[in-house]
Amino acid sequence: MKAVVTAAVLLASIAAAVTIGVADLSAVEVLRTVAAHAGLPVTPLPPLADSIVWDLRMPRVLLAALVGGGLAVCGAVLQALTRNPLADPYLLGISAGASTGAVGVLVLGLGAGTVALSAGAFAGSVAAFGVALLLAGSRWTQPARILLAGVATAQLFGALTSLTMVAAASPDSTRSTLFWLLGSLTAASWPSVALCTVTGAVVLLVCWASAPALDAFSFGADVAQSLGFSPSRVRAALFAATALLAAVLVASSGAIGFVGLTVPHLVRRLTGSRHRTLLPVCALAGATLLVWADTLARTAFAPHELPVGVVTALLGVPVFAWLFRRPTGAAALPTRRQAAKPTPARRPRQPV
Amino acid sequence: MRIEARDIGRRLRDVTLLAEVTLHAPSGSTVGLLGPNGSGKSTLLRLLAGLDRPDDGRVLLDGVDRASLPRRAVARHVAVVSQHTPDDADLTVGDVVLLGRIPHRARLAPVTAGDLARTAAALARAGLAGWEHRAWPSLSGGERQRVAIARALVQEPDVLLLDEPTNHLDIHHRFALLEDLSRSSVTVVAALHDLDLAAQYCDETVLMDHGRVVACGPPSAVLTEERIERVFGVAAEVGSDRYGRHRVSLRAAPAEGP
Repeated sequence: MKAVVTAAVLLASIAAAVTIGVADLSAVEVLRTVAAHAGLPVTPLPPLADSIVWDLRMPRVLLAALVGGGLAVCGAVLQALTRNPLADPYLLGISAGASTGAVGVLVLGLGAGTVALSAGAFAGSVAAFGVALLLAGSRWTQPARILLAGVATAQLFGALTSLTMVAAASPDSTRSTLFWLLGSLTAASWPSVALCTVTGAVVLLVCWASAPALDAFSFGADVAQSLGFSPSRVRAALFAATALLAAVLVASSGAIGFVGLTVPHLVRRLTGSRHRTLLPVCALAGATLLVWADTLARTAFAPHELPVGVVTALLGVPVFAWLFRRPTGAAALPTRRQAAKPTPARRPRQPV
Repeated sequence: MRIEARDIGRRLRDVTLLAEVTLHAPSGSTVGLLGPNGSGKSTLLRLLAGLDRPDDGRVLLDGVDRASLPRRAVARHVAVVSQHTPDDADLTVGDVVLLGRIPHRARLAPVTAGDLARTAAALARAGLAGWEHRAWPSLSGGERQRVAIARALVQEPDVLLLDEPTNHLDIHHRFALLEDLSRSSVTVVAALHDLDLAAQYCDETVLMDHGRVVACGPPSAVLTEERIERVFGVAAEVGSDRYGRHRVSLRAAPAEGP
């Protein structure tokens, strides 16, 4: 039920976000464009308006939804796996690797197109994940080891990026690094939408199929093992799946912060901690959040654009502060009115 | 279902945690593991539970090596309550107990009304009826222990492995738990610190020290005054109460004078 409501909100948000922008377009005009591209017999818009909807806004809004949803799911999965509330999709040095890869491509002159940069960013992310695995060693599925390895990897790749930038000293590489560090959806295109859709759908399915294992993990690896899961196998599969998705997302949008960290915490308040519901609602809520954050980013100071990572951080920190002020497990505590009543069945003398 | 350990051993680098331990818990029996700190009780339970692999020997379930059985199938028969539970898990009591139903459900299947009914029944059995929506972090140590046991019971195990299940419980719940477990048809292996409780409720006791079995058998044969003093360094008086149960009362060993 909650998933249906959030899905409806997401669809409405996407529809609304496409109409918002410097050029004012109505929902009907947007629908006409979509219908025309779907091959339905409607009169298409004039080429310029059609291009704004179909080539600029649609891919951008859809990419925002995909990136937001994907990051939120990765965050929720990693928080459960590592039993660490601070875990986020960039845990394994993936964002640092992306900027190193992109800057490397620029400096080595392998090309400056979006595709080359994205490919470089993806390669950098995967390399960072590989280095994190190497550092963590053979017992890499233990949360403490992988967390420490991730921190060290992020430092290493951050340093490599700075080193490359200083050595190359080109304004291009500086701009590119900023793009990957702050995150932006300006480079959205239909191919990136397609890639993120496929990867996102596969990874979401894998994670959703592991929902019972994640439930058990949030109560400790021993419990998960005694319920029939192999901790090392589950962790290996899910670390790899989330790293892959995070790398694909980072390559298309840069490292957009705070979505993967805060959305899972927020959604847990709404749905409880059972991953079967939590993961799909996280995907939908993360998508909705980033659609609006990006709409704000491109319209608030139009024609200048804010990096969307700035918007998510500005929105995310107050939300985080609000979450901190609530006691742990607040969603599960009785409301104030219920709490005023004496707790029933406090000390029943029954056999255990 | 019976559970056995045959000559199992476990080492951590060059430290021997457990050596040549043999244990046999017949179907439906209640077996108490006794011994001072570091005697290997928890290590033995972890090996029986399959949380760690023995370096030597085998663990058998109804005569079959448990390492050769699929994990999920084992989880439908063997439930484990370890000593440690997380303090900060953002779960409700109902979520925690429902975990025990996972091995009985298809991987993608949702929670059923039957699962919820069993959860409610297990909580009632633990004296926590209607506590499903309480937040786990708000519980006391003893309440957590009872929830953890309810979680193991909804797993509908044939074998229940418990690591010090009574250490946070008040006196009432201590007796209630042991009474309940010793009467049930489930095979129970529990590490216990309370010798008198073990003497009253266990069919078999296994006394351990330094990773080895010192003695095993019925409480009256294992828990003798001489052994208790030797293993625990505590003076004891043993005897039978008017119900014919073996009893142990302890006092500090007399100070060794000059």
